[in-house]
Amino acid sequence: MNIIISNSSPEPIYEQIYRQIKNSVIIGELRPGELLPSIRTLARELQISVITSKRAYEELERDGFIETVPGKGSYVSEQSAELLKEKRMRIIEEKLTEVVDDCKLLGINLAELHEMLDLLFMEV
Amino acid sequence: MENILEVNNLSKKFKGFLLDNVSFSIPYGYIMGFIGANGAGKTTTIKLIMDLVKKDGGEIRIFGRDHQHYDREIKQKIGFVYEECYYYEELSVMGMKQIIAPFYQDWDERIFQQYMERFNLPAKKKIKELSRGMKMKFSLAVALSHHAGLIILDEPTSGLDPVFRDEFLEILRDLLQDESKGVLFSTHITTDLDKIADYVCFIDKGKIVFSGVKDEILGKYVIVKGSKDLLTEESHKLLIGLRENEFGFQALSNDAARLKSQLGDRILLEKADLDDIMLYTTRRNREDA
Repeated sequence: MNIIISNSSPEPIYEQIYRQIKNSVIIGELRPGELLPSIRTLARELQISVITSKRAYEELERDGFIETVPGKGSYVSEQSAELLKEKRMRIIEEKLTEVVDDCKLLGINLAELHEMLDLLFMEV
Repeated sequence: MENILEVNNLSKKFKGFLLDNVSFSIPYGYIMGFIGANGAGKTTTIKLIMDLVKKDGGEIRIFGRDHQHYDREIKQKIGFVYEECYYYEELSVMGMKQIIAPFYQDWDERIFQQYMERFNLPAKKKIKELSRGMKMKFSLAVALSHHAGLIILDEPTSGLDPVFRDEFLEILRDLLQDESKGVLFSTHITTDLDKIADYVCFIDKGKIVFSGVKDEILGKYVIVKGSKDLLTEESHKLLIGLRENEFGFQALSNDAARLKSQLGDRILLEKADLDDIMLYTTRRNREDA
């Protein structure tokens, strides 16, 4: 697992960690049941404060991506295939919403967007 | 959460200086940065914690116990690094160690030797022949070699180069893998703290300006810039350490949301770091005086 922290980004550091671990879980790079580094190890490795890494784990736990067993550590949660699919869809949905907003702003209609999508899907 | 260090309403009066109702605490397993300009009261506070100077009022609890009543036990468990070197200049590194070690019941020669090696400290050299960085490394090795719970560092990195400071922070990070330890790190080089500190306590002119979780503090403060015609009496109240020049103004604020609702999109907001917060706040307090 890679975690890259940007100090100049306006996104808070705990959010950067949250987002990157979440993505690793969703794309399946982190497998269910896999042990994550401890909060203190993560803080040391990323050269950040313990409170920051703790906050990231708390948010991941809250959203069901990881589970913490006191005294043992934090593990990637068992994600049902359905739930995972839904989460993946949601990521695309969010991105498409942005695209749709931009289209409306720039006066591009649905048919034109469809056409563009068809082309892009074939190409990439 | 249990605290390794608790300071409540601490006060001390000197001629021309008042340490006024200082309170802050550090939970077990965390590191607090103690920041403020020179003469703000950092060293005085630390000397009071160490009971090197007697307090006038207030309470200090270390490991949950009164720091004067349990003076002997507590000091066995504190690792202390001072800005200046208080060792016998004529002695060798090993000679000095042999004088210090017997004071600590839990002195661990094995750990000390590990640090000697890690820091490349020359055992036979005289203290006075050591560079500033070397002296600091020796102090640190001593402070970390008797299983101390609380580490108190008074300006340990001032006057040292970035390479050493980085090494130093690395050691602190290793130390904090152990949840039973705590660190109070006084400094005016706030970049050392931007990353590592969990808590920040800011003192100015003998008073605590704020003390809390670093991430929350950094999330609250912003640097505001804009053109001068935007400034109203209302907005003045939200600005700290305001500076105006020919082309605009800039200031610090801890209420970005209110400023935005008052001044709208015509202002530029930027992240503030600890240096900015210290600078603008200190500036305001000087002007109020």
